[in-house]
Amino acid sequence: MTLRDPVCGMDVDESGLRADGFDDLAFCAQGCLEAFQEDPSKFMTAAAVPAGALPVAVGVGAPSFAEAPPDTVHLSIEGMTCASCVATIEKTLKATDGVLDARVNFASQEAQIDVAPGRADIESELTAAVVSAGYGAAPIGDGQDEDAEATARDSHYRTLLKKFWFAALVAIPVMYFSYPELFPGIPEKGSTELNLIWGAMALLTLPVLLWSGSQFFTGAWAAFKHRSANMHTLIATGITAAWLYSTVALLFPDFFPEERLRDVFFDVTAVVTALVVLGMALEVRARARTSEALKKLIGLQAKTARVIRDGQEADVPIESVVVGDLIVVRPGEKIPVDGEVVSGSSTIDESMVTGEPIPVEKTEGTVVIGATINKTGSFRFRATRVGADTMLAQIIAMVRDAQGSKAPIQRTVDKVAGFFVPAVMIIAVATFMMWYTVGPEPALLYAVITAVTVLVIACPCALGLATPTSLMVGIGKGAENGILIKSGDALELAHRITTVVLDKTGTVTRGEPMLTDVIVYGADSEDEVLRLAASAERASEHPLGEAIVTGAADRGLELIDPDEFEAMPGHGISALVRGRRVVLGNLKFMADRGVAAGAAEELLAQLADLGKTAIVIGIDGELSGVVAVADPVKTDSIAAIARMHEIGLEVVMLTGDNVRTANAIAAQVGLDRVFAEVLPEDKAAQVKQLQAEGKIVAMVGDGINDAPALAQADVGMAMGTGTDVAMESGDVTLIKGSLTGIVTAIELSRATMRNVRQNLVGAFAYNTLGIPIAAGLLYPFFGLLLSPLLAGAAMAFSSVTVVSNANRLRSWRPTLAKGVG
Amino acid sequence: MDVVVVNLLGVGLIVAIVWYFWLSSSEGAAAAVTSAGMQETHIVVKGGYSPDTINLRAGMPVRLVFDRQEADPCSERVVIDAFGVSAELPTGEETIVEFTPDVAGEYEFACQMGMLRGKLVVT
Repeated sequence: MTLRDPVCGMDVDESGLRADGFDDLAFCAQGCLEAFQEDPSKFMTAAAVPAGALPVAVGVGAPSFAEAPPDTVHLSIEGMTCASCVATIEKTLKATDGVLDARVNFASQEAQIDVAPGRADIESELTAAVVSAGYGAAPIGDGQDEDAEATARDSHYRTLLKKFWFAALVAIPVMYFSYPELFPGIPEKGSTELNLIWGAMALLTLPVLLWSGSQFFTGAWAAFKHRSANMHTLIATGITAAWLYSTVALLFPDFFPEERLRDVFFDVTAVVTALVVLGMALEVRARARTSEALKKLIGLQAKTARVIRDGQEADVPIESVVVGDLIVVRPGEKIPVDGEVVSGSSTIDESMVTGEPIPVEKTEGTVVIGATINKTGSFRFRATRVGADTMLAQIIAMVRDAQGSKAPIQRTVDKVAGFFVPAVMIIAVATFMMWYTVGPEPALLYAVITAVTVLVIACPCALGLATPTSLMVGIGKGAENGILIKSGDALELAHRITTVVLDKTGTVTRGEPMLTDVIVYGADSEDEVLRLAASAERASEHPLGEAIVTGAADRGLELIDPDEFEAMPGHGISALVRGRRVVLGNLKFMADRGVAAGAAEELLAQLADLGKTAIVIGIDGELSGVVAVADPVKTDSIAAIARMHEIGLEVVMLTGDNVRTANAIAAQVGLDRVFAEVLPEDKAAQVKQLQAEGKIVAMVGDGINDAPALAQADVGMAMGTGTDVAMESGDVTLIKGSLTGIVTAIELSRATMRNVRQNLVGAFAYNTLGIPIAAGLLYPFFGLLLSPLLAGAAMAFSSVTVVSNANRLRSWRPTLAKGVG
Repeated sequence: MDVVVVNLLGVGLIVAIVWYFWLSSSEGAAAAVTSAGMQETHIVVKGGYSPDTINLRAGMPVRLVFDRQEADPCSERVVIDAFGVSAELPTGEETIVEFTPDVAGEYEFACQMGMLRGKLVVT
């Protein structure tokens, strides 16, 4: 006969677990039984549901009655005791109004609930539903993992400190009584009094060994089971050997025929444990700081948003903002999510995301980024990206992944690390044998001390920490300066770049034509000529025409709708504006329309040499003016390229534009080489060509057409102002979209790799020098032997030094002043 | 006499270290296949990975559930270089990592420092 588990709703054979007094119930697992016994009344209603009524399938497809993609709510679930609790909770959630689908993950103890668009606000109802089903539930915020991690780290740190203080307090008297020859007032060696004191020391250091040093034993044992060894193995072996030898020498002096052998090293156990535990505590603290940049980014997220729903402004939690929501932002407030301004205008401080310190003007139609700060005005915007899709969320995800990725240099270190600890153990054994066999008397004593010193001084941690900690700080530092480095590979490669290839449009230049010059020939004023020309172009859809219209609007000129308009594609336009005949076009078009424009010929050639496109204006049959339109160089491009030259980089431009324009731009910004008239599909080939010349190439671009070249380059850098495709193909994203970012990225890579090298050289030098000295290599020549106490101190502080050195990178600053633009 | 004994013991110990840490390898656990066609394995992270050798089949999606039961910062991240996996493992939580191995071979997974190691054997 089958019975029903009231907790999870699973059908269970009657031979299963039973609860006293509830004959008609059985339980699938101990967890369900315990949950039931705690409060049977909670489950009795659920038990009334007939058996078999619950869906067992997990992840049933969502009914598709909603056209917009559903929103997802995440809850963390507590109290799930067996896999079929999953079915119960899913059923409960799906029965809640507004829920399209629910998936519960037993392993991660999380529920993912798809709700109808705009219904993310039912989070509290969902939580209540789960609670009513007998489980605990809480919404998952993005910061929670970090908080829990910080708490765990903190308590780990405090425990280590307590262990240190205990070991340190014991170490003081133990040190004192260990050297009767050195310190006054200690009974003579061999006397009963001293033996009694030493016996007390043996007892006192035992808790130091077993409590203060407990992590060494658990760590060593866990590693041993996996056929590996680590720092814990070495320390555990060292301090145990010291304690055991001392205790045996004390309890069974007869084992050691020679008086000299009956020495004790309880001080080694206490002092080494204290020092290494202190080192570990300091390391935990220092390592917490390496991820500070990421924490800062997470802290940037807004908590609430002021959303207009049903005509009412309401503060809602950030999680329930959906795409399409209209959001109000007042001066001084944080912009909650990404979106587009609908009404109002303001200046916004975007420095936290782009690294650009000068506030940016925003008006209707411009894009705003979540987590940036509104400075002056009020405005309304429509949310376009929320939750994990926002720029900030993507930056966080990218930084987090990149920080954990490996740099190629580390793969080499990894190979060494795998062999390191067993090799040290072998060296320790060999050292023991050597001293025992050919060492001076008392040989056994020397053999034990040197072997312990070797074990204690070796520090695999410094080696293992060298690369990842620097990488973590470096990548975090990049994010702070608006540079997203996708992987350790990119960060390492970037310091070897010899050649920077720049795409022209949108990278060196702004990517949109702008009115640059207005030259007047006739009697009309400059403003009047421009006003008439722009009014004529108003009906035109040509990009050059748009630039003229925008240029006129920027000067505050009022435009008039033309009464008559005619466009001759490729030649020019003709329009009647307030009774005046306005023609715009090239020289040939002027001649066709009977405008004598010979006087402008020389000027046109000059403008073309500057890479500008010139348009002749004729009004009422007379030459009236010339306007020039160009895609202007970004203001900070020149400084950035100059700096690239300073740090020894070759700068090349790649463009599909004609040679004349390309050369004009190249001369303006000071480029070394120009490849003009390159077809989009040939850009990658051009990069390959440079690589064949032995260059390490960084490609910088923003368009879809740059994607293959970005992927081909050793390091692809995408402009954050460009297309998503480019950013996906690139290894580095320059959020601000300025060339100064390239310099910053390369300088950061150089600084980080320098830091990594310092760490690695330090760690290698420390171990390769420290271990032979500990083994007594200097003894035959200088009679020098390293004390195990000093070895413990050196070991404890070597890994702290590595982490602290990596933390030095946190004060790194880009050389190019960010305010150039 | 005792010098000989000590040296013999020492050599024996060295041989044992070499064999245990470098030459021998553990059997490995086969991943369970779920109804959804996932190869799933639960891995406890505590001073190492248990199990540390996981046998997988090529071409089938894999789900590794890492359960970190310690606060020691050494194990705070797991990196499976071959599959571009790099995941933070919060203490006391289970972290899911998913990927699909297409080519047979042995792939290593490790903590970010490379001190804790495990192996994925894909056949």
